[in-house]
Amino acid sequence: MTEIVRGTWVVAYRELLRFVNERSRIISSLAFPLMFLVIFGAGFGQIIGSLAPGVDFIAFMYPGIVAQAVLTSSLFAGVSVVWDREFGFLREILVAPIGRTGIVLGKAIGATVTAMLQVLLMLVLAPILGVELRLDIVLELIPVVVILALGLSGLGILIASFMTSQQGFQLVIQLLIFPLIFLAGVFFPVDNVPDWLAVISKVNPLTYGGDAIRQIFLGTLPGIGVTIGDHRVMLIEEIAIIGGLGVLLLGSAVVAFNRRD
Amino acid sequence: MNVIEVRGLRREFGKLVAVDDVSFEVRRGEVFGFLGPNGAGKTTTINMLCTLLKPSGGGATVNGFDVERQRSEVRRSIGLVFQQTTLDDYLSAEQNLRFHAYAYAVPAEVREPRIRELLTMVELWDRRRGSVRTFSGGMKRRLEIARGLLHHPKVLFLDEPTIGLDPQTRRHIWDYLLRLREAEDLTIFLTTQYLDEAEYANRIAIIDRGQIVALDSPDGLKRSIGGDLITFSTPDPEAGLAAVKERYGVDPTLLDGTIRFHVDAGDAFLPEFVRTFPQPIETISLARPSLDDVFLTLTGHEIRDSELDARQMLLQAGRWHR
Repeated sequence: MTEIVRGTWVVAYRELLRFVNERSRIISSLAFPLMFLVIFGAGFGQIIGSLAPGVDFIAFMYPGIVAQAVLTSSLFAGVSVVWDREFGFLREILVAPIGRTGIVLGKAIGATVTAMLQVLLMLVLAPILGVELRLDIVLELIPVVVILALGLSGLGILIASFMTSQQGFQLVIQLLIFPLIFLAGVFFPVDNVPDWLAVISKVNPLTYGGDAIRQIFLGTLPGIGVTIGDHRVMLIEEIAIIGGLGVLLLGSAVVAFNRRD
Repeated sequence: MNVIEVRGLRREFGKLVAVDDVSFEVRRGEVFGFLGPNGAGKTTTINMLCTLLKPSGGGATVNGFDVERQRSEVRRSIGLVFQQTTLDDYLSAEQNLRFHAYAYAVPAEVREPRIRELLTMVELWDRRRGSVRTFSGGMKRRLEIARGLLHHPKVLFLDEPTIGLDPQTRRHIWDYLLRLREAEDLTIFLTTQYLDEAEYANRIAIIDRGQIVALDSPDGLKRSIGGDLITFSTPDPEAGLAAVKERYGVDPTLLDGTIRFHVDAGDAFLPEFVRTFPQPIETISLARPSLDDVFLTLTGHEIRDSELDARQMLLQAGRWHR
């Protein structure tokens, strides 16, 4: 047990050390979501107008972009596993007396903290973009981001534990990341689209992560949420969905990583 | 007192038997060498002793701990320097060592003095804040050796410690290793395909195609194939031949006017021979058998040849696997 705890913290510590050492990564990880916000906001903002009373396109899109940023930086936990394997450092970790469960949890926590740092940086930009920000929003946002990030980093590590090459992993991630983002109601409300698209979006777990963050920012508004049948999915239900899925993904990652030759 | 005991160790990958019923002991405090070509089973054996790979059969203890049932205790007892570097390039030398100290639960009050001591010993203290990616191959290797020793291991495993390094750096690394062994009361287990590097070992196991074909000191191994070769010339070769036969009871040969014969411990024999041989000696030389000769005699092929063989075997095994 102490080995799992020590493994978790030492691996997470290194992830953070590397994140801080590589300033370019902090900047590049912010650039992508910012580009979406500024370009799509400027491009579609005028045509689309208000999606709900008092909610323009940027205000609608912003929470979704936060979820997208959480997704990309959480999946980085997997990138980091594949990198370590390729550059050899994974052996230093694997042969240390720390247990593989601790390694998985450490990678997940490291990615979660970096995801959180990125979200906080994005929150700084909120007022500039005209998005309303209050203390209670921030306080509610933190636990939801943590739950979402832990689960998604579990997904990244799960994929990484079956991958040996950087190229293979990148390919799988690219194939995964774009449908996940585009079908998650980041750029459009999933209730206002053709049935086939709505069905796919409602199976996509990221939809619930994005909508949870949106409900925290905008409250529970009609027309821009997720409804299943006649039921408007509530914030607490969405947290349960992403939490449950997160436990499943992280658990599978632990099992997959513990396979020994 | 044996620090490593290996009994009937075996590992298969599909149909390929990489390590085939291997048994040996490593004594506390010695430098133990595993000599063999690529693919002979050296790394597979090390990986099993380091708990990274499960044996298919047999077993082993390291520092008295079972490599299958007491993995954590084994891991704490050993330091490792792998063939490929396992440093984090994006951290500094010091940060790499600190990570290791945390992972091995080195007590806080020991940690910093120990890091300083080891970095000083491998002459990297001045570069402690330097990012590892700016280091040369030799510096990285030295840092890895320092890291492997950080948690006071009983055995240091070195898997091809100087592969890819130039001869000068190789000698430099060995200076450190031998000095560290003195200072740390350490057992060193090394694998190598360099015959000259194996000379640093107190005892060598020659491994070929998954099996140990010989285990002895470098001198013992050389003696086992007939000892040192003395070659000398004298004005009357026929008389010289007879004198050697009579005085030393060996069977000399005459080749191109020079007389050749084998003796044990030729370096001690030579001065004595020169002083007491009744006929004038014109030229004389002593050739010690190399480990190359030993390998050739024992396996019937040269270390480089079998390397190709082993690659082919591995390729084949890969195909079966798929």
